[in-house]
Amino acid sequence: MQDLSFITNWIHTTLLSFLPEWAAVTVECLFVGVGLLLVYALLALFYIYYERKLCAAFQCRLGPNRVGPWGLLQSFADMFKMLIKELIRLDHVDRFLFALAPYLVIIASMLAFAVLPWGNGLQVIDFNIGIFFLIAVSSIGVLGILLAGWSSNNKFTLIGSLRSGAQMVSYEISIGLTVITMVCLSGTMSVTGIVQEQSDLWFIFKGHLPALIAFIIYMIAGTAETNRGPFDLPEAESELTAGYHTEYSGMHFGFFYLAEYLNLFIVSGVASLLFLGGWMPLHIPGWEAFNHVMDFIPSVVWFVGKAIFLSFIIIWFKWTFPRLRIDQMLTLEWKYLMPISLVNLVLMVLVITFGWHF
Amino acid sequence: MATITEKIAKLFPQATVADGDIPAISIDDAGWHELAAALRNDPDFAMDYLVTIVGMDWTDSLGCIYYLESTANHAMCSVTVRTTDRENPMLHSVSDIWHVAGIYEREVYDFYGIVFIGNPDMRRLFLSIDWKGFPLRKDYDMNPELNPVSIESERQSDTTDTYVETPDGKIEKKTVEIFRKEDFVVNIGPQHPATHGVLRFRTAVDGETIKKIDVYMGYIHRGVEKLCETLNYPQTLHFMDRLDYFSGHQYHHCLCNVIERAAGIEISRRAKVIRVMMDELARIASHCLFMGTFCMDLGATTMLFYTLRVREQILDIMDKTCGARMSFNYGCIGGVMQDIAPDFQADVKALLEILPKNIKEYNKIFTGNVIAKNRMEGVGYISREDAVAYGVTGPSGRASDWACDVRKTHPYSIYSELDFEQVTATEGDSMARFKVRLREIEESAKILAQLVDNIPEGEYCVKVPKVLKLPVGSWFEMVEGCRGVFGVYLESDGSTKPYRLKLVPPCLPLAAAVDHMTQGQKIADLITIGGSLDYIVPDMDR
Amino acid sequence: MPYEAFKDNEYIESLVKELQENGTNVVVGAFDKLINWGRSNSIWPLTFATSCCGIEFVSLGAARFDMARFGWEVARSSPRQADFMMVAGTIVNRMVPVFRRLYDQLAEPKYVIACGGCAISGGPFRNSYHVAKGIEDIVPVDVFVPGCPPRPEAMIYGIMQLSRKIKVEKFFGGVNRKEKQEKFLAEHPVEGVKD
Repeated sequence: MQDLSFITNWIHTTLLSFLPEWAAVTVECLFVGVGLLLVYALLALFYIYYERKLCAAFQCRLGPNRVGPWGLLQSFADMFKMLIKELIRLDHVDRFLFALAPYLVIIASMLAFAVLPWGNGLQVIDFNIGIFFLIAVSSIGVLGILLAGWSSNNKFTLIGSLRSGAQMVSYEISIGLTVITMVCLSGTMSVTGIVQEQSDLWFIFKGHLPALIAFIIYMIAGTAETNRGPFDLPEAESELTAGYHTEYSGMHFGFFYLAEYLNLFIVSGVASLLFLGGWMPLHIPGWEAFNHVMDFIPSVVWFVGKAIFLSFIIIWFKWTFPRLRIDQMLTLEWKYLMPISLVNLVLMVLVITFGWHF
Repeated sequence: MATITEKIAKLFPQATVADGDIPAISIDDAGWHELAAALRNDPDFAMDYLVTIVGMDWTDSLGCIYYLESTANHAMCSVTVRTTDRENPMLHSVSDIWHVAGIYEREVYDFYGIVFIGNPDMRRLFLSIDWKGFPLRKDYDMNPELNPVSIESERQSDTTDTYVETPDGKIEKKTVEIFRKEDFVVNIGPQHPATHGVLRFRTAVDGETIKKIDVYMGYIHRGVEKLCETLNYPQTLHFMDRLDYFSGHQYHHCLCNVIERAAGIEISRRAKVIRVMMDELARIASHCLFMGTFCMDLGATTMLFYTLRVREQILDIMDKTCGARMSFNYGCIGGVMQDIAPDFQADVKALLEILPKNIKEYNKIFTGNVIAKNRMEGVGYISREDAVAYGVTGPSGRASDWACDVRKTHPYSIYSELDFEQVTATEGDSMARFKVRLREIEESAKILAQLVDNIPEGEYCVKVPKVLKLPVGSWFEMVEGCRGVFGVYLESDGSTKPYRLKLVPPCLPLAAAVDHMTQGQKIADLITIGGSLDYIVPDMDR
Repeated sequence: MPYEAFKDNEYIESLVKELQENGTNVVVGAFDKLINWGRSNSIWPLTFATSCCGIEFVSLGAARFDMARFGWEVARSSPRQADFMMVAGTIVNRMVPVFRRLYDQLAEPKYVIACGGCAISGGPFRNSYHVAKGIEDIVPVDVFVPGCPPRPEAMIYGIMQLSRKIKVEKFFGGVNRKEKQEKFLAEHPVEGVKD
């Protein structure tokens, strides 16, 4: 498995050769920022296209196929249009909060983006508490949604944002507990550390039953966390027109729209990090030749591929299930998922203590 | 029948009773409320279902004709009540006896200006609060300047009027609050994805729980009944496609039945069979779309696309024969517009072949789904008594164990010869309404299977005089539409145009029952209940 | 579908000609092209239907006609996020203020397609006491699609015509459509709404 950190190291040393250290770091920060933004935008556009095509496939339709080859440019056209669409100034709203909300949402997902393990040695920052940081910043998003609903001065958005608040705060508990379960298994909170721990076998296979349970709970809670069907109550079309972002137009709406898809990527990215080994290729103990072949596939492809596969499952949920009702959704979390994940945590600790895992 | 008329004559000597298919009683306003109570509560009559209230303007007097039916033995009777006062016409309300009368009386008030004493809510129903005049009166001024099209928002009131009779016989007007000041009122509609058109619910909520719903209609009120009075009989038919646009065939069937009976036209058996087949095809298509939109309301969008596939196939069959995908205008006086397409039978057989497979698929995708079960079971319960009192007919009524299928209770056309079951369920919740419709598709398919190879030879349309004049008189007919009982009341003064054509839509009572069914439920349940009742707004508004 | 397949676009052609006669700045022209490419390829409808035509609009989204091919399937329920309004069905007196408000709530650039006889002229209900005789007096209309109801194919054609109209707009000055719209809104003001 080639380590991609030699590229970053090379850039660093080249810059240092003609720049003082502070300037070199500033230039690198700029590179990283621009690069992240670019990846962010492109991924979001890809995801929009991906979901529309998948949804069409589930519904026996063709999906976008007129704009560009196979409709590939459809989401670009959408973005161009949204960029220059009017931003409606509303009269009776809290202007500052109203404008702030979409940025909060997008900042939350971008911060989470920074610690994802893109490839071997390819990540913005390697915290020793990376996964903790990820959980912490991803919960900023709910603030943005609450603000959006409250500042719009509209009853639909208010109901939507309150639903969203209740939902995200509840499901964050399950996410936290499953993450802790997996951190127990890996013994580290560092993102690279977690990936390295899975070099012989992915956690989902390594951790026996508790890992599998944690995976299922994480996928359910993750779907809820991204406000996607069947948990799309905050923006339930048939109930609240467009939920918390009813009053947003133009690019402000575009931010919510993009953030939704990016959160989808982040949730599936974290799932692939915790359960499917991040960028780590599929290694099966004993099959040396197979493992060697797998190593030839670049680590970036592994990570993005896994994330896209997991997103496929989440998209599949959305286009299959009907929506839950608010009380049923909260029942599911507080009466089922949370107790189960608590028990699961104990189970995992037992598994580790007695060394039952592989 | 004779005993009933005799009994009425004995109990209410001031009433006149005329025998007929439907015994017609007429009584003055003073004795009406007492008679109504007797008709409702006396076990000999047990007329517990108010089919409709027909407002009438006989130029010398205004009045109402009440059509009543007993759910036990399906006997019907009509009661006519008149008032000669045109300035301040007043009648006594029967909304305390039949619940559905509340909304029917509002409709009559809206169209004729007749005030009902004792009705708790005497607002206009379809027209705005500031509308001048009562449009269905014969002397209504059609001048558009009186009621101009305005882009300014209409005035809205949080109060309603009610008229109460004091013990000493005086009528007092009282103002009643609909919503209190502290209520959190959410406006759902008229432009809302889940109201199936332009219906408006003002919903008072407590958190997510619904406290009260006030239904506003009239956002698609097109004045069809008034328009019909200016057109001759064949011309009135085409409106039937545009009320409940899924039941176009059944509605045509009903109006044709009335006119043919009045004119004494006997249609050929071929035409009858074609009409029935079209009715049942339309029913399958409609129920398919119901399932799709209902599931979409619940968030399962994909189901819509699966059910629409079957609907498209049916539309193809209709397209070939009727020449249109919607608004067929196929039934006509004396039969049908044109003969069936050559491959009609083959197409229907192909449809019958794929239907069971599709129904199995729907059950697999949706009905067995645990989320769907949780969303539908026990939601929007309505008991049999309430269903009758609120006039909730059709599949929704049958889901509450009320056997109200007109094809069985008052068989028309060739339905009495056909072998099919009346689908009922006892649960009375949204799930039952969904399942009843699913099973009705199977029953309709059964009817089609019986008829597809037995379309007799003959003419598809009998000769009918170009200028059709009906004798003086009045007629009432009902058919089973896709959503419930559709009735037509026709009164003729001997000319080529109807004097009064009252359409009895099944969807109006359905919408009126929403408030009762949603009390204490969640906002999401309102969508479930609305979806499961499957009302069509242009049908209730006309 | 090749552009040449439509032989009846004379008025759009003449618009193009008129615009070209005035000459365009190279940079601005290129931007205009890019913007118009985006706008014309991404027209999202508002979920708005009053009667029968709305059901055909649903069929338009279904598998057989699949408007998703053109990227029109993102039907937004909130008018703030939609691009055009398919007025599918009769607009009656009581609906007129609501309808006009919906139009005012749409974010620029906004377009209206009058779909079906009722929206165009009142259709079979024209003589009624409670029906607006066409929506042209209420909002500026871009495309008319006749029919009762129009077949989904006709609706596809109507929206494609709208897309062609958008293609010849100019974002940077000389916008041909906006002038007409502003004039219309000045003539039909609603109290308390600044256009």
